[in-house]
Amino acid sequence: MKNAVGREIPDFLLEGGKEVYQGKNYMDGRYVQKAAPRTRIYERPKESKIVETIADALRQCGARDGMTFSFHHHLRNGDFVVNMVMKAAIEELGLKELTIAATSLGEAHDPIADYIEAGKVVGIQTSGIRGRMGQVVSEGKLKTPAIIRSHGGRPRAIEAGEVHIDIAFVAAPTSDCVGNSRGIGGKSNCGSLGYAMTDAKYADHVVVITDCLVDFPNMPASVEAIDVDAVVVVDSIGNPKKIASAAARISQNPRDLMMAENVAKVIASTPYFKEGFSFQTGVGGPSLAANLFLEKYMDERGIKMGWAIGGICGPMVELLKKGKVGKVIDVQDFDLDAVNSINQTPGHYEMSASQYANPANKGAFVNKLDFVVLAALEIDTGFNVNVLTGSDGVLRGAPGGHPDTAAGSKVCIIVTPLIRGRMATVCEKVVTVTTPGDCVDVLVTDYGIAVNPLRPDLIKCLDDAGIPHVTIESLKEKAYSIVGRPDDVQFEDKVVAVLEARDGTILDVVRQIKPYTFED
Amino acid sequence: MRIEKNAMAGTLESSDALVTVEPGEGSVELEISSSVMNQYGRQIRATVLATLDRLGVTGGRVTVVDKGALDCTLKARVECAVLRSCGKSDAGIPWGGVIR
Amino acid sequence: MIKRPKPERFRLRRTMMFMNAQKPGLIKDAYIYGCDSIMLDLEDAVAENQKDAARFSLYHALTTIDYGSTEVIVRINGLDTPHWQEDIRVCVAGGADGIRIAKCESANDVKTVEAAVEAAEKEFGVEVGRTLLMAALESPKGILHAYEICCASERLFGVAISGGDFRKCMQTKFDPSGIDMLAARGQMLLAARAAGVQCFDTVFTDLDDEAGFEAEVRQNKAMGFDGKSLINPKQIRLVHELFAPTEKEVAQAEAIVRAYREQSAAGVGVFTVNGKMIDIAFIPGAERTLRLAKACGMYEGELV
Repeated sequence: MKNAVGREIPDFLLEGGKEVYQGKNYMDGRYVQKAAPRTRIYERPKESKIVETIADALRQCGARDGMTFSFHHHLRNGDFVVNMVMKAAIEELGLKELTIAATSLGEAHDPIADYIEAGKVVGIQTSGIRGRMGQVVSEGKLKTPAIIRSHGGRPRAIEAGEVHIDIAFVAAPTSDCVGNSRGIGGKSNCGSLGYAMTDAKYADHVVVITDCLVDFPNMPASVEAIDVDAVVVVDSIGNPKKIASAAARISQNPRDLMMAENVAKVIASTPYFKEGFSFQTGVGGPSLAANLFLEKYMDERGIKMGWAIGGICGPMVELLKKGKVGKVIDVQDFDLDAVNSINQTPGHYEMSASQYANPANKGAFVNKLDFVVLAALEIDTGFNVNVLTGSDGVLRGAPGGHPDTAAGSKVCIIVTPLIRGRMATVCEKVVTVTTPGDCVDVLVTDYGIAVNPLRPDLIKCLDDAGIPHVTIESLKEKAYSIVGRPDDVQFEDKVVAVLEARDGTILDVVRQIKPYTFED
Repeated sequence: MRIEKNAMAGTLESSDALVTVEPGEGSVELEISSSVMNQYGRQIRATVLATLDRLGVTGGRVTVVDKGALDCTLKARVECAVLRSCGKSDAGIPWGGVIR
Repeated sequence: MIKRPKPERFRLRRTMMFMNAQKPGLIKDAYIYGCDSIMLDLEDAVAENQKDAARFSLYHALTTIDYGSTEVIVRINGLDTPHWQEDIRVCVAGGADGIRIAKCESANDVKTVEAAVEAAEKEFGVEVGRTLLMAALESPKGILHAYEICCASERLFGVAISGGDFRKCMQTKFDPSGIDMLAARGQMLLAARAAGVQCFDTVFTDLDDEAGFEAEVRQNKAMGFDGKSLINPKQIRLVHELFAPTEKEVAQAEAIVRAYREQSAAGVGVFTVNGKMIDIAFIPGAERTLRLAKACGMYEGELV
C-alpha cells in the first residue's frame, strides 16, 4: 500500500493492524492504553543490590531465549556496555533469539554484527545503526527486519506496549549500591541520562552497570533505585575520549559559515523570532554555526532566546552562561562543556526522551519549539529527508530526534551543501524517507534557499526580508547539472528494515542491498 | 596514443580520482572502484572509456580509484596519466582537440 | 562547453580569490561565495611535478563549470620557468578571462606574454585581444618599472603587488601599520592611476587576525586601491562592506549620471548638480560609484 509520502509498504508489514503513514498529526486525539511492566516486589529490606557479574544480574532477572534487552546511547561511540551485556548473555548464558532495543547503535557495537550473523541476535530496534551492524543488516543477515524509530517514536512504542523490554540496561557514570544513577561524575561522565529514563520505567527488569560506585543516595537520580533490580560494578563502562568530544568548535569552513548565516537570516525574517523564542540545532558544521549568526541577530534586535533543547554542546552552554538563553533542557550532551554544565549551570536541566519528543504524550518539548535547524544526507523535491541510508543504500545513520523536532516545530530548516563529493544532496527521490516532507519547511544550501510550498507564510517572510529563494526543483536540477543524474540504487526484494514514523505508522522500508555490477 | 610506460595522475582526496595506466596489447582492461559506485559507476565507466577512445588508447590496463570526482576531473586525470605514460604531458597539448 | 562572455577590461574587481587549480573540490564552485574574480593558480599552489596535471584540471574546469558573472583569471608560472608557455596555451584554449603574469619586472615581460597570448588566440581560434592581462609586481624592480608595465598593453587591466616576495626582496617583515610596503603601494598606485589601469593589494595571510585584516582593508581603500587578493572566502564579505560607497556618494553619483544623460541629449556639456559644476570628466567616476553600489546591493536603478 502506498503511504502519504508515496512509498510502497508491503502488505505483510500491515498484518496485525499496522497502518501506513498518513501525514502529520494523524493520531491526534486518539486514546492509547499504556502498557505497564510486570515487575518484582522487593519488600524485604536489602542493603545492596550489587551483584558480582553481568551474568549474575542476567540470571537474577530471569534472562532467557527470545528476550528483548534495552540500551541507551549516552556513551555514544565510547560505549562498552552493549557489547559486554550481549557477550555475557550469549557466550556465558548461551542465550539466543535475542532482540536489542537500543536508543541508538554505532561503530562501537561492531562486534554485535557477529551475533547477528550467528543468528543469536534476531531483532534490532534502534534509532541509529552504523558500521558493521548496518552493513550486515543491509545484507539481509538479521532474521527479522530491523525497526528504526525516532527518539520520540521509541518512548511512544514502549508506552503503547509495542516494544516490551524484558531487561533494561543502564550505563551509569555513577550509581549507588541500590541503583540510583546519574550521568554526572565518575570517569565516564556523560551528562544527561534522558534516553534511559523511559526504558527504566517500562522494563520488567532494570540492571544498572557502572564504573563508579558512590555513596547512597546518589541524588538527584536520573534513573531511580525504585526501578532497579541489580547493580553491577565493572572496570569501565566506556572510553571517555569517545563519550564526549572536546569542546565542539564552530566550523571555520567558509561554506558552512555561509549557509549558517543564511539560516540565521531566514530565522530572523519570521514572526517567531521574538523575545523568548525557542530553538534547537544539530551539532553538524553549518547547523552549529547557526548559533553564532543567530546571536548577532538577537543582539541587533535586543531579544533573548527563551529556551533551547536537544542534544546540547558547548556553544549553547555559552549562550546560557552569557544570559542570552533562559533555559537549556537536554536529553544528551555531546561535548565536555555540556557534560560539565548540566544540572550545574543554573537553568540547564535534564529531560527524558518522552518529555523531549514523544508524539503520544500530552506535552513534549518539541511541540513548543519555534525553530529547529537540522542536517540531511539527502532531501528530495517533496522535501522528504533521508538521514539513515547512504547513497549505496546501506544503513549508516540515525533519524534520532530529526522527525520529532521537524514535526513539532513551527519552522524546520534543513541545512546542507547541495552536493557532497559527487553526491547530490538535493535529489529527485531520497533513498529512504526518514522525515516526511510535510514536516520540513525551509531548505538552505550553498547554492540557494528553497521554501516548502506548503508554507506560503514563510515564503512571504523571506520575500518581505528580501531574502532570495528558488524552487527546490531548480536546486535539484543545479545539483544534477554538476554531478550528473544518478542511477537508482538497486535493491533486492527482501525488507531488512522498517522505518516507523513517530506516530507508529510505517513511513518507509529499507531493502537488502544488491552488489553493484556493470550489467545494465 | 599508446600507453608506453606505467604512469599515474590524481590523488585519493575527496572529489578526486587516482588514475593508473599500464602498457598492454589488444584491449583496454579497465578496473574501477568508486565511493559512489551504486549511483555513478556506469557514468564513470562511460566517461573513462570515451576519454581513452578520444586519446586513441586501444590497449593497456587502466585503474581508476574514484573518490567522488566529477566527470571533468575524471577526464583530466585520465588524460594526464595517458600523456604522462608517453612523455607528452608537459607541452604542446592538443587542447580542444583530443583533449576536450 | 561553457562559452564565457567577452571579458570586460574595466569591471568591478574588489575581491580576487586565489584557488589551487589542482584541487577539484575547491575549483568546482568557488563562485558561490560571491567574489568578483577567481584566481586559479598554476604557480605557487601547484607542486613542480604536478604542473602538467593542474593544466588538465584547469582546462576541464574552464570548459565545464559555469562560473557565471564571476571573472576567471589564471595565475601562470613565471617567465623564468619552463611552464609559462603551456600555461598560456591552456588558459587561452579554455577561455579564461585573464592571465596574471607572475613576477613581472618590465614592459618587455608584458609584451612577451602578450605575444604568446596572441599566438595562442590564433592557434585556438579565439578572437584576438579577448584574453586580458594583469601583472603582479613582486620585486623592487617591478615596482620601479610600474608605469611602463601599466602602459605596456591594451589588454592589461591592472597591476597587483605581491607582498610575500616583495618583503623578502626588501628584507622587511609584515608590519601592521603597512609601513613596510607603503612606498611600494604608493608608487604602484601612482603608476596605475597615471596609466588609467586598476590597482590591487596583496593577500592578508593571517586568517585569525580579523582586526589586522580590517585595518589593512581600510588602509587599502583610503589609499585608492580597486581591490584586494584573498586567500579564503571568509575574507570576501569584509572587503565588499568596506569598499562599498556611502549612501550620500551613491545619491550624488546617480544625480550626476542622470543629469549628464539628460543634458548631453540636449547638447549641453557643462551643467550643475547640487550646486557643483559638472562636465564629462566626472562621468566615469560617478558611473564607477554606481556600479559599485549596484554590486553592493545599494543601487537598483537602470543607469548602470
